[in-house]
Amino acid sequence: MTAGLGLGRPQTQAIVGDEDVVRVRQLVRTVAVAAKLSLVDQTKLVTAASELARNTLVYGGGGQVEVTTVDNGRRQGVRIVFTDSGPGIPDLELALTDGYTTGGGLGLGLSGARRLVDEFDIQTAVGQGTRITVTKWSR
Amino acid sequence: MALDAAQGSRLAGLLGDHAEQIVKRWADSVAVSLRGRLSQAELQSQVRELHRALLVALEGDGRELHAESAGELRAVLSELSRSRARRGFTATETAVSVFALKDIVLETMSAGGGAEQNLRDFVAYSALIDQLGLFTFESYAKAREELIADQAEQLLELSTPVVKLWEGVVAVPLVGTLDSARAQVVMERLLQTLVDTGSPYAIIDITGVPAVDTQVAQHILKTVVAARLMGADCIISGIRPQIAQTIVALGIEFGDIATKASLADALRHVLKLTGVDAARRNARRES
Repeated sequence: MTAGLGLGRPQTQAIVGDEDVVRVRQLVRTVAVAAKLSLVDQTKLVTAASELARNTLVYGGGGQVEVTTVDNGRRQGVRIVFTDSGPGIPDLELALTDGYTTGGGLGLGLSGARRLVDEFDIQTAVGQGTRITVTKWSR
Repeated sequence: MALDAAQGSRLAGLLGDHAEQIVKRWADSVAVSLRGRLSQAELQSQVRELHRALLVALEGDGRELHAESAGELRAVLSELSRSRARRGFTATETAVSVFALKDIVLETMSAGGGAEQNLRDFVAYSALIDQLGLFTFESYAKAREELIADQAEQLLELSTPVVKLWEGVVAVPLVGTLDSARAQVVMERLLQTLVDTGSPYAIIDITGVPAVDTQVAQHILKTVVAARLMGADCIISGIRPQIAQTIVALGIEFGDIATKASLADALRHVLKLTGVDAARRNARRES
């Protein structure tokens, strides 16, 4: 993590059912508004969170999300960490390809979410789960 | 359960001998905690029924709440909880209706005398009343959950109207979260309305949808394709700037589906396609 990064108090939300995806969206929206993100950035972040939360639920078999406001001295932002202990992603490059899906969706969730945020980090190991960290900075 | 046969019949005797006095004191005590939100007559009859059911249970072998002869008592208790829950009383206000009996039994007993046996009896009665109270609590919670489930279903119905905008044009204003269950309801309603009205055009308005992610987009696209299969043309309206930018970044393509910023634009678009020109018609009327 970047040195000297100001961190707010993290808020967590478990993802176990469909309704939790809605809760994650509401939580992220609340935090994004508090971090003074613009309406466009709020919408982008909420949409990315929605995609990743659903991935956590559908492919990771459920997990947890942690939302934190961050501050790098010049700008405020929101960092969201999605963690699951599901099967992991065997071929990350393929999973990040537009239109590739194993679950009958549009195949744009993961790749689209990466385009919607400023920083995107994914750590995954087969059989051990996946951890995705995204950050959106205010402009 | 702490009540033995002798204690059961003693409590039954106590409740039976002082029936009128107990019912009155009980109703009064509940009335205080409910602060007059239930009429005295209604309270009286509820308490009287509860008192009678309790007596029936005690006179049978119903010293336990799950015993067979306590069936009526259970029914009365859950009916009471249900009615309180539906009228918006709190869980405490509901349970207090039962717990109030404790004080009254104690009062009635201490008028009797015979301290040591009384004490042991009272502890036993107290445990029984606790059990009744807990049962009330459970029934209350269950009634509330049913209420919430009902409301969720009603909301599902409420939030998906299909309206006729013009001759041959129907619109679906979507509001809130579009999950799979709602998407299904929307699609069914829209397709049925298209058949019923014979409309060749449908407008799906997403002004009220706060975030359009790939799942929402997929649901909308499926609905559009289904409508097309039935020969109707779909227009998606209500695409706000932030939604447009998000959709572009996500990489969702709406293909050759017409999209408009507002419902008014969409209607104008359809009217132009059908050759209806509102302005010209107005002009003709004036001349």
